[in-house]
Amino acid sequence: MDIKLTNASDKPIYEQISEQIKKAIITGILKPGDPLPSIRSLAKELKISVMTTKRAYADLERDGFIVTFAGKGSFVAERNQEFLREELLRQTEEHLLKAVQTAKLAGIKGNELIDLLSMLVEEELE
Amino acid sequence: MTNAIEVTNLKKSFPQFQLKDVSFQLPAGTIMGFVGENGAGKTTTIKCLLNLLKKEHGEIKIFGLDHSEHETTIKEHIGVVFDELYIPDTLHATHINNILEKIFDRWDEAYYADLLKRFKIPFKKPIKQLSRGMRMKLSIAIALSHHPKLLILDEPTSGLDPIVRDEILDLFMEFMQDEDNSILFSTHITSDLEKIADYITFIHDGEIVFSKNKDELLYDYGIWKGTIEQSMELPEHAKIRMRKNAFGIEILVNRKEVNSAFTLDKPNIEDIMLFFVKGVHP
Repeated sequence: MDIKLTNASDKPIYEQISEQIKKAIITGILKPGDPLPSIRSLAKELKISVMTTKRAYADLERDGFIVTFAGKGSFVAERNQEFLREELLRQTEEHLLKAVQTAKLAGIKGNELIDLLSMLVEEELE
Repeated sequence: MTNAIEVTNLKKSFPQFQLKDVSFQLPAGTIMGFVGENGAGKTTTIKCLLNLLKKEHGEIKIFGLDHSEHETTIKEHIGVVFDELYIPDTLHATHINNILEKIFDRWDEAYYADLLKRFKIPFKKPIKQLSRGMRMKLSIAIALSHHPKLLILDEPTSGLDPIVRDEILDLFMEFMQDEDNSILFSTHITSDLEKIADYITFIHDGEIVFSKNKDELLYDYGIWKGTIEQSMELPEHAKIRMRKNAFGIEILVNRKEVNSAFTLDKPNIEDIMLFFVKGVHP
């Protein structure tokens, strides 16, 4: 699995790590039960702070993507497709909410926003 | 989590300079970057930790033990690196081994030889003939060869080229693979710190300005840029420090208190230091 960190991103390093691991799990690059590198060895390889990798793993654990056993390390959690879909749905909702809030700031009306969304759906999904 | 270092209300005065009520904690298993401009009190604090300077007031605990009462025990488990190698410069790396194996119970001759080979430091060449980078690497090899639990380094990477700095950071990360090990290092090269430090403690004019988790520091703050009139739109309580230039102002703000519609730049440690030292309260 590759992990690329960039300073150009607005996202904190720990979020960049947890998102890339999530993506690897969702796309099946990492399979349930696969071991993850230890917090300390990941920090060493990426030359970043141990607290940063610890936070990334804590977030992944909180979201149910990985499980950690004391003294053994962290592994990709066993679970079904439905759970993954649930997670992606939750993320989609979160992004849409942000879009609605931004639109509100700009004074964009509801139907304008819906039109915009249908246009994007047409372009990307169909 | 236990603390590797615990400093509480440390005071020390000189005719021209005082450490005023310095307090901070380094949790075991973490790396702390100790930053501040030259003369801010970094080296004085480190010398007090090591009992090379007598403190006037306050408490210093290392591994939970009083630093002066248990000095010998503590020093068996500390590795120290100063900005220069304070060893007679006619000695060879091999001589140093012969001396230090008699001083430290835990001196590991094989590991020392290993580090020298890895760093390509000649075994039989007087120290004075080594480059600054080589001397610094030798200094670090010496500090690590009795398997300390705590490394205290004063400006270990200053004056070194980026390649040597990278090798040294690698070695620090290797040391940190043992989760009881901790590092305190002072520096003014903040880019190194931004990579590996867990905590940043910033000292200015003998006083601790902040001692914080690095991620919180970098992601909780943002830099807003604009004109004075535009800055009125920012909530007052979000503003931390302000700097003016001929074309506008820059404000260090608390990201959480500012609407995401405002464009904020990501600060680095140097920016934050400058705001605290040169900036004014808005």
